[in-house]
Amino acid sequence: MIAEFGHAALIIALCLALVQAVVPMLGSFVGQRSWMRLGYSLAVGQFLFVAVSFACLAAAFLADDFTLKYVAQNSNTELPSYYKISAVWGAHEGSLLLWALILAGWSAAVALFSRALPLPMGGRVLSVLGAISVGFGLFLLFTSNPFARLLPVALLQGADLNPLLQDFGLIVHPPILYMGYVGFAVPFAFAIAALIGGQFDAAWARWSRPWINLAWMFLTLGITLGSWWAYYELGWGGWWFWDPVENASLMPWLVGTALMHSIAATEKRGVFRSWTLLLAIFAFSLSLLGTFLVRSGVLTSVHAFAADPQRGVFILIFLAIVIGGSLMLFALRGPAMQKVLAYSGWSRELMLLTNNVLLVSAMTMILVGTLYPLIADVLELGKISVGPPYFNFFFVPLVIGLLVAVGIAVTTRWRKTEGRLLLQKGALPLVISLLCALVAPLFLGADRSFSSYSAGAALSVFLALWVLATITSDLKDKIGTDLTRVAKFSRSYLGMQLAHTGLAVCVLGVGLSVAYDESRELRMQPGDSAQIASYQFQFVGIDRIPGPNFIAHRAEVRVLQQDRLVTSLFPEKRNYNAGGQVMTEAAIDPSLARDLYVSLGEPLGGNTWAISLQVKPFVRCIWLGGLMIALGGLLAAMDRRYRRQTRVVSAAKGTAL
Amino acid sequence: MHPIRRQRLQWVALIVVAASIAAALMAYMLGQNASYFYAPSQIVAGEAPIGVNIRAGGMVVEGSVDRSMDSLEVSFIVTDGLENLQVTYSGILPDLFAEGEAAIAAGKLDSKQILQATQVLAKHDENYMPPEVADTISEAYQRKQQHQPEPQEALQ
Repeated sequence: MIAEFGHAALIIALCLALVQAVVPMLGSFVGQRSWMRLGYSLAVGQFLFVAVSFACLAAAFLADDFTLKYVAQNSNTELPSYYKISAVWGAHEGSLLLWALILAGWSAAVALFSRALPLPMGGRVLSVLGAISVGFGLFLLFTSNPFARLLPVALLQGADLNPLLQDFGLIVHPPILYMGYVGFAVPFAFAIAALIGGQFDAAWARWSRPWINLAWMFLTLGITLGSWWAYYELGWGGWWFWDPVENASLMPWLVGTALMHSIAATEKRGVFRSWTLLLAIFAFSLSLLGTFLVRSGVLTSVHAFAADPQRGVFILIFLAIVIGGSLMLFALRGPAMQKVLAYSGWSRELMLLTNNVLLVSAMTMILVGTLYPLIADVLELGKISVGPPYFNFFFVPLVIGLLVAVGIAVTTRWRKTEGRLLLQKGALPLVISLLCALVAPLFLGADRSFSSYSAGAALSVFLALWVLATITSDLKDKIGTDLTRVAKFSRSYLGMQLAHTGLAVCVLGVGLSVAYDESRELRMQPGDSAQIASYQFQFVGIDRIPGPNFIAHRAEVRVLQQDRLVTSLFPEKRNYNAGGQVMTEAAIDPSLARDLYVSLGEPLGGNTWAISLQVKPFVRCIWLGGLMIALGGLLAAMDRRYRRQTRVVSAAKGTAL
Repeated sequence: MHPIRRQRLQWVALIVVAASIAAALMAYMLGQNASYFYAPSQIVAGEAPIGVNIRAGGMVVEGSVDRSMDSLEVSFIVTDGLENLQVTYSGILPDLFAEGEAAIAAGKLDSKQILQATQVLAKHDENYMPPEVADTISEAYQRKQQHQPEPQEALQ
């Protein structure tokens, strides 16, 4: 019964979305203010109905309603209730319902918090968001209905959620990642509305900026969490695999980052206008492409849980309409938006342009590397997979260029910066970071000697310190002798500095963990020990331990450093009762300077096991940096400027009424 | 030529040159780093290059997994239903690796037509088979059908 209720709510939400897509848009052309205003209440209404539908599906999971095919396939009576809730978005249908819910949520947020927008603009934005909702509503109801019944009931217990996904990471990673993906629908809608209305000025940029920052913040957080989850859950100790699904989330992030920087120039100086519009279109298109790649089953990827060509065709058509339509509109209207303004030499505009060129190049090469195997497969050129060396070859130099530019950009001014000033400000940070970078590997290496000197570590220390030193020098200049000036810094300035600091921390983590990673896969039996870096790992023994819905082999591994006990680690190998699946549960001793990582391989007879032992210096800085970047985005989105403007506009409207 | 127009032309030329170099580089790197998938019967027929990174896969033959007694060396046989391919690997096999299940190995083929794998991937859950392996097995099955008389016809 509750499932029918949820199904009905979803259908009603689709109808509301349809009206939301059509009526305000029509209203904006014929000048019917009430039609345009309708979009606001419809967006909120649509959100409520999708939320009811989502709640119904969650209730079906909690009640173990295995008459629902989706519940039967992805849940189990033995599953703890918090995993029953997260199982709602554990597979295709439910995760799309989550997509729809989040899209409706963003639309409702626009409706509630963008009251200050001029009515035709607001109506059109909501109308575009409504149209996207219609697309996803149709997709859900016709190809991936989570409320489809499974009669007669075949499974009394349920097939169980994939054990890989029975984890805290899965509870939080997909919703946050989707918040980011779907969040780019908002700047996309703003861009389309601007193209339709021909209004594209500094005010437009100011309206869109906080939304871009928020979506980008969620996407950053989602990618960071995904990387962290892969690290501790997949049991290999890797944190980035250039897997197509990871690439699918990185591409919109790169374009979104370019967009954040480009729109800053658009707002402040009025340059790069049509480019900004194009980036807004691309960021959302790449988010859709990501959904297509992940959810259509076209990939040979560790994430390909679902495989169904019919869905792929639907998303492909949807993608063609959205990208084709918006690019067509852009081709017609975009060039007219361009305004030529002068900037020269080492201006901030030029640095932002550099940022955009590098980020978009990185996205392009990832796009080519990710789609090439698919295209080759379609053209019957053979079944190909593109390895990490391809991606690293391009990505690493582009990121190096980016970091150098970050340090320079902090010092530059709008329009024109004297070369002398740049030299004057940049010299000290350059010298400091170069010197530290040359010396640091001597202390970081395993045996503190020249033989273990790592050029990669030196390079990453240099890049990170260069960014940090230029930031510090800029802060020092701005503060001068009067410390109270800190309080006057705008949140967007602080956000920028925090995000750039996070980038430096992340780069440090990547560079040092790659340079000094030590790992071995060994055959061990109780009593055996092995030396990795400065740590001694002792395999003490192994036990069988029952879990809520699995039975685990749990090993005890003692880690000693110079005969002093550092920690005892308990990696597990779990056999899940329902699907008979085997899962590796790595044991990690985390700290900022190094992670100790132990995972069990397979039993080799008797009490002998294959065991993977790893020491990963500074690996945690990667995710710490990611968190700082995301926080920076949040801080920038909360800048007072955006709210003050809202208040001013609403005050103006108040007097007009 | 008008100076602004000349400046624009210079920019366009620069972008075209840069884009061409980037495209050429990408094509080259893709060629260097793309590894092709071969079915065991293709490898036995000598279609796969030796000493180049490739991927191969199929079903792991029952009883073929042979672990060394004193190291993590392991060897096993994958089949597409027509031919067998021997794979050797050193290290931990993935959780879902099992006899009678699909697996893909990436590595280089040696002169004895043994795949020296540097990575072994197993299917991702109990319902899912890597598309390469699924295609390979169905193609092999079709080829087998072409070589043998149709059983239905024979019965009629």
